[in-house]
Amino acid sequence: MIFASIGSMLPFDRFVRAVDEWARDNPSEEVFIQIGEGEYEPVHAPFARMLPISEYRRRLRECDLFVAHVGMGSILQGLEARAQMLLLPRDIALREHTTDHQIHTARRFQGRPGLRIVETTEALREEMTRLLREPMRVGGGDFSTKASPQLLDAVATFLKGGTPTPITKAG
Amino acid sequence: MAKRPPRLLAVASGGGHWVQLLRLRDAFEGFETVYVSMFENYAEAVPGARLYTIPDASRFDKLSFLKVGLKALRIMAKERPKAIVTTGSAPMLGFILLGRMMGARTLWVDSIANAERMSSSGRLARRLAHRTVSQWPEVAEAEGVQYWGSVL
Repeated sequence: MIFASIGSMLPFDRFVRAVDEWARDNPSEEVFIQIGEGEYEPVHAPFARMLPISEYRRRLRECDLFVAHVGMGSILQGLEARAQMLLLPRDIALREHTTDHQIHTARRFQGRPGLRIVETTEALREEMTRLLREPMRVGGGDFSTKASPQLLDAVATFLKGGTPTPITKAG
Repeated sequence: MAKRPPRLLAVASGGGHWVQLLRLRDAFEGFETVYVSMFENYAEAVPGARLYTIPDASRFDKLSFLKVGLKALRIMAKERPKAIVTTGSAPMLGFILLGRMMGARTLWVDSIANAERMSSSGRLARRLAHRTVSQWPEVAEAEGVQYWGSVL
């Protein structure tokens, strides 16, 4: 099963249309899309505007491929569920987001095991087919659902009125 | 009667901001944590805790800004938190500002999505919150804030 999601905040119709077209061309594959507030409604795959958290997590755990925008919610939850991920960044020039930070996020996360980022909807459709046939290896070990111990310590110290020691060289 | 634990307001917009906030939960130990976000169904993720929702004001217009401000004011007046922590985004600045005025300790953790520069709301937070941190050491250094680690 392919689970595709544009996150929860802004429409991303270019992405939804591409996944829907892929579903049209691959009728034997099961596809489900979370489309958020988009205008375009898929005709070749079932969809939801926004799934309840438990169902979202279940689909993420059970899918063979998670296709999403380059949102941190999608990336973090994909890592937590150990799903192989195929991501397409939103383009600010097409008014798909309010800033270009998804391009920056993409640069930072490109190359992580089990995660592939593409730049066009054509590449997205090609990779959907490829990754179902030849899945990526997802990084070994369990991915924690918690922040780094340093950050947790520092936040706890600060909230209680203390002064955490920063990690930066310069301070 | 046993002494009540101090109250913490943990606030974040929907999506990635909220997921990052949840990854900080262990740091909230010792507090009675009250959450604020944008979707009712997030309550499922924080069983036993109060969750308030505010309207999505990511596409800023003056009216939604005002609505968020009024809702924030009501929540703050009711909960009177001792500390406030947020992972963004912009609408949550209202809580930082109100918290500051009401004597709460305030922390802005800039989203890990801001990998090359801090968000514009993070830059505002730098002036409003008691402490603002970035989750990328290079960004922290360039923006003159601290780096404490990341939610990863």
